[in-house]
Parts: sequence; C-alpha cells; structure tokens
Amino acid sequence: MTDSKYFTTTKKGEIFELKAELNSDKKEKKKEAVKKVIASMTVGKDVSALFPDVVNCMQTDNLELKKLVYLYLMNYAKSQPDMAIMAVNTFVKDCEDPNPLIRALAVRTMGCIRVDKITEYLCEPLRKCLKDEDPYVRKTAAVCVAKLHDINAQLVEDQGFLDTLKDLISDSNPMVVANAVAALSEIAESHPSSNLLDLNPQSINKLLTALNECTEWGQIFILDCLANYTPKDDREAQSICERVTPRLSHANSAVVLSAVKVLMKFMEMLSKDLDYYGTLLKKLAPPLVTLLSAEPELQYVALRNINLIVQKRPEILKHEMKVFFVKYNDPIYVKLEKLDIMIRLASQANIAQVLAELKEYATEVDVDFVRKAVRAIGRCAIKVEQSAERCVSTLLDLIQTKVNYVVQEAIVVIKDIFRKYPNKYESVIATLCENLDSLDEPEARAAMIWIVGEYAERIDNADELLESFLEGFHDESTQVQLQLLTGIVKLFLKKPTETQELVQQVLSLATQDSDNPDLRDRGYIYWRLLSTDPVAAKEVVLAEKPLISEETDLIEPTLLDELICYIGTLASVYHKPPSAFVEGGRGVVHKSLPPRTASSESAESPETAPAGAPPGEQPDVIPAQGDLLGDLLNLDLGPPVSSPPLTTSSVQMGAVDLLGGGLDSLMGDEPEGIGGTNFVAPPTAAVPASLGAPIGSGLSDLFDLTSGVGTLSGSYVAPKAVWLPAMKAKGLEISGTFTRQVGSISMDLQLTNKALQVMTDFAIQFNRNSFGLAPAAPLQVHAPLSPNQTVEISLPLSTVGSVMKMEPLNNLQVAVKNNIDVFYFSTLYPLHILFVEDGKMDRQMFLATWKDIPNENEAQFQIRDCPLNAEAATSKLQSSNIFTVAKRNVEGQDMLYQSLKLTNGIWVLAELRVQPGNPSCTDLELSLKCRAPEVSQHVYQAYETILKN
Amino acid sequence: MIGGLFIYNHKGEVLISRVYRDDIGSQAADSAVFSSSGPFLGERLGGSVRRNAVDAFRVNVIHARQQVRSPVTNIARTSFFHVKRSNIWLAAVTKQNVNAAMVFEFLYKMCDVMAAYFGKISEENIKNNFVLIYELLDEILDFGYPQNSETGALKTFITQQGIKSQTKEEQSQITSQVTGQIGWRREGIKYRRNELFLDVLESVNLLMSPQGQVLSAHVSGRVVMKSYLSGMPECKFGMNDKIVIEKQGKGTADETSKSGKQSIAIDDCTFHQCVRLSKFDSERSISFIPPDGEFELMRYRTTKDIILPFRVIPLVREVGRTKLEVKVVIKSNFKPSLLAQKIEVRIPTPLNTSGVQVICMKGKAKYKASENAIVWKIKRMAGMKESQISAEIELLPTNDKKKWARPPISMNFEVPFAPSGLKVRYLKVFEPKLNYSDHDVIKWVRYIGRSGIYETRC
Repeated sequence: MTDSKYFTTTKKGEIFELKAELNSDKKEKKKEAVKKVIASMTVGKDVSALFPDVVNCMQTDNLELKKLVYLYLMNYAKSQPDMAIMAVNTFVKDCEDPNPLIRALAVRTMGCIRVDKITEYLCEPLRKCLKDEDPYVRKTAAVCVAKLHDINAQLVEDQGFLDTLKDLISDSNPMVVANAVAALSEIAESHPSSNLLDLNPQSINKLLTALNECTEWGQIFILDCLANYTPKDDREAQSICERVTPRLSHANSAVVLSAVKVLMKFMEMLSKDLDYYGTLLKKLAPPLVTLLSAEPELQYVALRNINLIVQKRPEILKHEMKVFFVKYNDPIYVKLEKLDIMIRLASQANIAQVLAELKEYATEVDVDFVRKAVRAIGRCAIKVEQSAERCVSTLLDLIQTKVNYVVQEAIVVIKDIFRKYPNKYESVIATLCENLDSLDEPEARAAMIWIVGEYAERIDNADELLESFLEGFHDESTQVQLQLLTGIVKLFLKKPTETQELVQQVLSLATQDSDNPDLRDRGYIYWRLLSTDPVAAKEVVLAEKPLISEETDLIEPTLLDELICYIGTLASVYHKPPSAFVEGGRGVVHKSLPPRTASSESAESPETAPAGAPPGEQPDVIPAQGDLLGDLLNLDLGPPVSSPPLTTSSVQMGAVDLLGGGLDSLMGDEPEGIGGTNFVAPPTAAVPASLGAPIGSGLSDLFDLTSGVGTLSGSYVAPKAVWLPAMKAKGLEISGTFTRQVGSISMDLQLTNKALQVMTDFAIQFNRNSFGLAPAAPLQVHAPLSPNQTVEISLPLSTVGSVMKMEPLNNLQVAVKNNIDVFYFSTLYPLHILFVEDGKMDRQMFLATWKDIPNENEAQFQIRDCPLNAEAATSKLQSSNIFTVAKRNVEGQDMLYQSLKLTNGIWVLAELRVQPGNPSCTDLELSLKCRAPEVSQHVYQAYETILKN
Repeated sequence: MIGGLFIYNHKGEVLISRVYRDDIGSQAADSAVFSSSGPFLGERLGGSVRRNAVDAFRVNVIHARQQVRSPVTNIARTSFFHVKRSNIWLAAVTKQNVNAAMVFEFLYKMCDVMAAYFGKISEENIKNNFVLIYELLDEILDFGYPQNSETGALKTFITQQGIKSQTKEEQSQITSQVTGQIGWRREGIKYRRNELFLDVLESVNLLMSPQGQVLSAHVSGRVVMKSYLSGMPECKFGMNDKIVIEKQGKGTADETSKSGKQSIAIDDCTFHQCVRLSKFDSERSISFIPPDGEFELMRYRTTKDIILPFRVIPLVREVGRTKLEVKVVIKSNFKPSLLAQKIEVRIPTPLNTSGVQVICMKGKAKYKASENAIVWKIKRMAGMKESQISAEIELLPTNDKKKWARPPISMNFEVPFAPSGLKVRYLKVFEPKLNYSDHDVIKWVRYIGRSGIYETRC
C-alpha cells in the first residue's frame, strides 16, 4: 500500500483530471480519485470545486469509500450548503442501516456538518439513535447532541434532546454514560445558571459506579464532572473521596490528575482532625511523584499542577524534595518548573541538599536555567534564615566564576539579602565592587548602585564608583537612572563634604536634561528637600526600610483556590483563570472551593494552619491582589449598568467574591466566618432598585439643599464625615453619609481631589455585608476631577447584594478605584437607613409577636439626656420609619410601643419609656425585642442618633 | 475539547489535518474566501483559512530558532499541545480550557495506535497510510472527545479491507466490545497452546556525589506481559510486595521473618486499565482480564534498598591550565555468577580538548570529539569485579573565563536481575468456561535491569 503517491500529483489540470476519474465507472478508480482529493485537501489545496462529483460517490456499500466521502463533506459542506443537501438522503438512509457501525457513522458525520438545512434533517435520526438498541450508536448519538447544541442550542432544547441525554446517564453501558456526561458538562458550561447536570447523591452514585467500568477517557470525563459537585456535608465528601482514591493508581496520568482534583477539592470540606484526612494526605503524595516518571510533556503538566498543590497544601510533598532534583537530560521546561518547586519546598531540614543542588545547576549551559538557579539561591537565603550565611558564601563562589550573567544575577539577589538581613553580610561588598565593570544589564546595575548608595559610609570610594556610572547617564535605562539619582543623594547625605559637586551634577542631569517625568519629578523633590531642609531630607531618604517578605511570587489566594478547581486543565498549566485565555462566554464561570462545613470550623486551630503561610505574610501578597482588583473593577464597572441589577449580578458575583477575599485579608478578618454563622438573612428587595434609584438620587439632590432646615419627609441624615483621608488615598479624600428618602437608600459622597493630578475613571464596589447593601448604579463622576476640585455625588444603593455577616454588624467595606489606584476603607452606616416604610405592625400582631419572642432576646438600653416628650419622640421617630403602635400611660410615665422593619424583613419591637413630668430625669428607657438579637445594639444606636438630633 | 489535530513533518508541512471544532479557525472568514472565489483563486489563496492555526504553529514552534520552551504554546488565544516522534510533530489544537493531561495522554495513545498499525512513525509511513489515519482519527476522537483507543478493539473493525462480510452477530460483537466493560479484549480468542510471558523491566536511576554519597536513587519498573490465552481468562498477579507479605504473614510469625527480608517496599504503582483498581485499593490484589498480546500490566517505583549494580569512582585532576588527568574505576556489585552486558561509561571532556590518551584494563575506550566525551565500552562483566580507565586530556589554552562545568559521568548497562529486588511470586490463570487450568498454561518470567539516568558527579 503506498498512499504517498497521492501527495505527489501537482499537475496543472489536476482538478479536471480528478473530475473525470471521480465520474469513472470503475469502483477502484473512483476510490483512488477520492483518495487523491483527500490528499490535496490535507496539504491545503482547495478541492471544493469537486463537490458534486465527490458527493456522487457517497452511495456505496464500500465503507472505506464512504468514510472518505464523509471526510470530504465535513470539510466543504459549509462552503457549498446548497449542494450539501444532496447528501441528506444518504445520511438519513444510513441512519436506518442494519449495521450499527454505519448508523453511528452517519449520525456522527451529520453532526459535523454545520449547515442549517442539514441540521434540520438531523433531528429525527438523532432521536432514534439516542434510543438505539446498540450501545455503540447511543454513545455516538450522545456526543452528537453536544455537536448539535454547538450549532443550534435552541433547537436542542426545543426538541427535548437534553432530557434524553440526561436519561443516558442511567444507561446500562458505561461508555454511553461517560459520553453523556461529557456532552452534558460541555453544554452546561454555556448555561451556567441551568441545573443541567443536576448532581445529587443518587446521580453521583451512578457516576461512581460507571467510573469503575468505563474506558480511561470516560473516567476522565466522569471525574471532571464529579469535581463540579459540592457534597452536602463532610461525610458525603469522605465517601466520594474513598471511592475516587483507587483511580490514583491508574496508568493514565490524566485520570490520576483528575482524581487529584476531586480529592483536593473535597478535602477542603474534611476536618483536619479526622484520621481520614491524614490518610488522604499520605495517599496523594506517591501518585504525584509517579507522574514525574511520565513522558516529559506530561511531566510538565504535572509539575505546573504540583506547583499549585504545593502552595495550597505544602504538607503533601514536604518530604519529597529529592524527586524534584533536576536531571541533566530533562528538557528545559521541566528543569525550570522543578526548580520552582524546589524553592517552594525548601525548609530548614533540607536546605543543605537544596543548596548543593542549586550550586550544581548554576554551572549548567542554559542561560535561563542558570539565572533561575542563582536567583533560587537568593530566595533560599531569604526563606530559611539559618541558611543565609551559606547561601551568601555560595553566591560569592559563583561570583568568582566570573561568568557574566551569573555575576549579575548574584548581585541582584544579594541586594535582596541585604534588605532582608540588614547589617549582617555587608562584608562582601568589596567583592561585589570588584565586578562593577562586568555589569551590563540594567537590573544588575541598578542593584549594584543601590548597594553602593545604601552602604556609602562603608565604601571608601563610593563617590568614585557612582561617578563612574554617571558618565553615561543618558544611555542608562530608567531603572538605573532613578537608582543612581537616589544613590547619589544618599551618598551626599552621608558624606556631604566631598560629594556636593556630584549631587549637583546628578540633579541637573535628572531635572534639566531628561525627558522622563518620573526621573525629573524625583530630581525636583530631592532638590527641594535638600535645599529647604536637609535634616528632613535625611529622614525621608535614609528612612528605615521595611523588611522584604519571604515569598514574593505566591499566587494570590483566591486565584489559587480557583486554579485548584481546574487541576489538570490548561488553566492550571498557564496558572491563569480560563477567562484569561478562553474566548466568549465559555468557562467564565468562576469556580471556588467548597466552604468548610460547620463542624470542621471549630477544629480550625491556629497551629493546624498551613505552616507555609503564617498570617504575618499576608500583607505582602496584597499589592498584587490590589492590581488584580483594579483590573476587575475596570472590567465589571466600566460599562454603565443600564440593565436591571439581577442580570448583571451573576457576572459581578465573581468580582464581589474576589473583593470580599481581598478586603477580608486586608482588614485581618477571618474569611471562614461565612459558613458557620446562623445569621444569614435572605436579601429581600424591599425597594425595586432599578425604579428607586433614579428618583432617589434626584430627590436627594433636592433635599440636600433643604436638609439643613430639618424637613420631616425623610429620615435623619448625619453630617458628612471623612471616610477616607487624602493621606491614605494618594490625594483622594472621600467624605460621606447615608440617607434614606422615600424608600430609597443612597450614599451621599463628596470626593475631593487633593492631589496635583487629574483623577478620572472612578468606580466603586462594596464588599459583601450584613444587609446586602450594594451600589444600584455605577459611580457617575461626569467630568474628570481636577486638582482641588470637589464633587458631590449621590450613589443610590440597593439591598439585593450578597450577604455576609460583618463585625460590627453595620460595617461596610468599600473599594473605590480611580485612574491612580484602588483604595479601601470601611465605614459604619446608621441602621435606620434600613428601616422600611411599611414597618408599622398592627396591635394584635404586635402583642402576639412580643409574647412570642423569648425573653432572653430582650435588650434594655438607656438614652441619657434626652428631654423629649412622647409626642416629639413619636414624630421624630416616625420620620425615620419607627412607628408607634400604641401608647400607654403608667404612673406618670408614657410607654410607647413601637415597631420597625429592616430591609431584610426582620421586625424589631420596642418599648420606649418617657417621663415627661419629671424634668430632673431626662433619661429614656428603651427595651428592644427581636428574633435576631444581634441587631438590637445597632437599633438602639439609631434611636439615640434620631432622638438627639 | 480538542478542536483539531495536525501532523507535520520536520519542515512544517502538513501531513494530516483533522478539524473537529470550528472555533480553531475563523469560520466566517473561511466561508467568505470560498464563496467569493472560484477554484483557481481558492487554490492561490492556499485553500482554507483554517490554515491560520496550522501556519501559526509552523511559524511559532517548528520554525522557531529556540529550543522548545514549553510543550503547550498559546498563540492568539489558541493553545497548541505538541509532541515530537523522530522528526514528526503531532499537534492538538484547542480554544477551550481542556484537560491538558488528557490531551497529552491522547497524543501518546495516538502514536501507539499508529505504531501498532504501521510500525515506525515516519513521514513516509504517515503518507502511505493517510487514509487509515483519517479513519482512525474519526473513530478515536469524536467532536474532540477521545473514544475507545485500544488497538485490540480497533483492529477488529478498522482494517482497511472493508467490513462488508460481517454477519449481524459479528457486528454486534464488535460494537459491544468497543463500548463494553472489557473494551481491550475480544471474545472467542483461541490458542492451541496457552502461553504467557512476563518481563520485569527496570530502569535504575542514580545520582551520586563525587564522594560516593547517594544523592538520589530510584527504580522505575514495568511489568510487561505477553499473553496468548484462550477465552476470557481471569488472571491474578502476585509479587513480593511488602504490604501483602506482611498481611499474609500475620498468622505465622515465622514466615514473616523469613519472607520479610525478601519483600520490597513499593512507593507507588499504576496499572493498565484492565486491572480492577478498587480491588487493589481494598485488598491490594492485582486481578484482571488481560488484553491479547503484549501490554504493560503495571508500572512501579521504589526508592528503598535498591541494589546499585555499579559504583563509579571518579578522580579528576587539573594539571595546570592545559591538562586534565582523569581516572575512573567501576565496580560491579552483584552475584559473581551473573553477567552484566552492554556496559558503557561516558566521561565528558571539556570543549577545548585537543587530544586524549586513554588506557583501560578491559573493553575499548575512545575519545569522541563530536560528543565531547570519552566513551568506554565493555561487552560483559561479571559480578564483584573491578575495572579502571585512566586518561590524559590535553587542553587548548583559551581566554574563556567560564570554568568547565564538569557534567556528570554517566553509565549504561544491562543486568539480568531486578535492582529493586522485585520477585514475581505467581501469576494464576482461571478460565472457567474453557477446559484448561492454571497448570496447563506455560509461563515464562524474565528480569532485566537497565540503567536509567545513572550519573556520578565528578
């Protein structure tokens, strides 16, 4: 058999010749001709002109020929839709063929032809094939539903194929089950809201049974699907884990990785005290190590995933350092990844071995690898304090090799070591200075200049050294120029007498001869500082620097959690969420790890927290997170939200979640507090936000003018307070207050630009909060905010955002973004903005409820120095939606019985005791009853503010 | 899922292109080209815009000057997974967040299937069998989802001979096998002589410091089985796995101490898909119905108590700037009655080597300038022996500041035992339907230990 001859025909009249051959009577000749056509198609020639002739060959009992024609059809049908119709009859006929292989072939091919007219004809045969007696046909038909959905999703829904597909999950044949799961998973991805897969304990059980019986590929489909399921409690999670662990011994690495994904995800739900938890941790290590003996490409995928796993659960592989040692013949991409993991696993226990290895690597051939190895030595020094000395001496040895890029890389990392351990290793400076001439990379030059400037007092010829850099100032990169400027200013402040000329020179170079605004500005600042107050200059320039952190390249925690849900997939290889590289709507749904169950939460004690990430390190990771948040804010808030909030909420959820995590860690809060609390009120939309918002903001603008006079038609408005001082927000000052007018809540903001730069692109985002407060419209700052300008904005709020209990209850964490940065602040909102207009209870109801609420929920408060009579109090309170249900006079005291309702439907009942006759006693007594006693304290505060103002 | 699969030759010409999903080439542009152009214009335009993906890969990977920095390349939001076999590139293309491990496993599987059909994967063989390859791709990948890809099953209905002659029973047998629980074996296999071969193939890996300290050592082993058994035989495989032996030995403490010495601790093992994993997980017993012919039953890894067949003792001395003296001793460390074969020691030399004088006691040694190494070959060597080579390397003076990196001395060999200490204890065969018993099966067991990466730093 020599099919290669078909590739060689390159004659000019080829198409016409082929046409003749295709129409030949001889079967053999026909087949030969079709083969030639396919060969031409493969090498990229256009043979679409032969369409009718090829389709004519379709009706044949020769299966091989038929397959070839089908292949041709799949390629060209779309370009010749009218002609493609000719083929429909044959397809339909083939779908009825007694041979199951032919039936399957027909339905498989038809699904690949993306021509609407053909698709219409596909429905009937597909319906039959989904119920075919032969499993081979059914498994093919299952995939065909996914194909059809890709062409015409509506059609698939209308024809009820999705239900048939769901039925196939219970099919007796494991391969049919697997393909149905694969098809459903893909379809479900494009409908994130629909509950297509409908995973419940019963269906999970079916999947787990099929898992034992189907092909390796089917096992992957099923495991990937299982990973999307959230077990209802830790017991269910454990039982699934138990049935998935045998897969870890599968020869197919993808099966193993998908099983690891399921286990890593469900482990999140297991208590760490559980014996099983420990067993599972132990079981995970060997298969991960075994993945490293696979082919290099798979090793690469495995290593990228291990990198994530090591960050998430360092305990799994902490004893397996040796397997990550680089082999001489590993492909470079495997080497680089191994190196990364080695550093992550480095600890005091194994540091000696690691260093010996790294030193070895630093002498290899590949420049990237060597650089990374040198950098790794520096990172070890910073990570494991005990090893710092050894690392420094290793680095010095490497500098002695005089290999240019090794020396440069070493100097860059030594700078970091100086930052981490000040005043410890400065003795090596002399050696570093010897290599000044060989530095030609900006980063290394900048590092060296930093060192010279920082330790100018210990380097005798610091001025000469820096001067030597100054000669080619304009040819240097910005990084070096900035560092040189700072370095010389430091030198001047330390040795003012002999370096005056030098500093003059650099300042004039930076301010007069440079076009770079950063450099110029920094130059001017130094100049001004030095000329006005040298002492202040010293304090600023030579200020003590914060220590640098150990891990600088950790993946930000929320992203890490998301990536753990994508183990084995491309996302875990790129270390990016799918939305970053997948076009369109697919895969944009954010996945997150299941929350800890309530029982396990109590077990979370400080010493069981992962050793690699003590809380002290957290803040170092945040800046990167801030950038990410900035991007997200940009993404989600950029376009004006004109559609009703409900439709956008699904998209914004992701951002809110991320923000939540970010703010939590920023504020040092425990993010775990979500699952275990019993106070999660459902967000009830008291006011349709889309309707209330525009009116509300308009009105409040009007009322703003009159609020000083004391109008009764809205609840009490506190004066604006400064929420975010300009100091903390790079010149943006935010002050504000909350108002409630005619049923709509708004946040009145005053933004002042105290910076010297125009501010634009404002956006605002709230963290999840106790009552689901969320902006109902984007922050509209119409014109750029120029320096010293102030704008007043009323931001309508809705209460349909995500809910999370805050501490204190009325805490609101806000992120505001502008073109400069993202800023965070938190503020307390008065609870009365949440009191709704229909908060008046009828008397009977009041009595019954009062009795119904247990006495331990009653809270007593005193409002001191409030000389009001009952009428005045009633009217004051009523304007803030606290309604008096009844009034009683007992022994000269007025008892007011009042009710109010919060936006989330919680009723609060109050008894207010006023003593009008007694001027010496101006205290009011308030007792509150509520089913959610947490709110009482804040309701009391609201009473106090309302009554006293 | 996989959007398309392409096979290229080393020049970057496409040999096979099969597109499963439209998203990998802009379809709108595609049809525009076709509708607006006659056949000749179309031909001049190079056919289809699907070629976007094809060309992007050629330009960015195959023709890239740098060596491959990652087996997954993302070009314009399209991901390319690639593996290379001799000088043939296989590339799977996708735009979605696919299971990356699965794609690579599939590409390897694809290579296995092709090799099983037509032998070596070469440009010539691919061109000669392109119709077959298209047929296979149609079968084992549906809409980008891998389907049954066991050659045993595929060969029953993808034959290139046409399948007209099949009866209805045969057809349903094929389909039930392709989709069935035992997709790797067809029914009705008959042999006059029931025979099986077990090969324990191990590769022993070592990284040793110049001082003779073991930096890392592990054995990765495979048990390869060739089965020629009738019917649907149920097999049970036993080896001296420490966990099993200890479990069994619980009753008779005597036996534990005796057999305990010989048992080995297996760090981890993986099995062919025919092995019942849940049974292994619960009872640690390895039971399966084997595919017909050759397959890899299991892979395993051990790190404890490894028998290192050879020890390499290097001595490198730099005599001034232009001369190196190298002395290497190798010692064999196994039973004197056994013979190691194909021994090769590779001693790297600096790039500026100008001449080498070698003296060795045994075998032949040669300086290979093109490989920058002295290669010392010994055909056979018995256990507990020692041999030595010494060499004088003359160097050209250079102004290169960089010191010579001294790559490790590597070694190749083959020994007739398993360095991990693994022993096959039994392989029992049961076939209740046919009348042959375990005793009638002829069984062969062979152990081969080979060097993996066996390096000593100098």
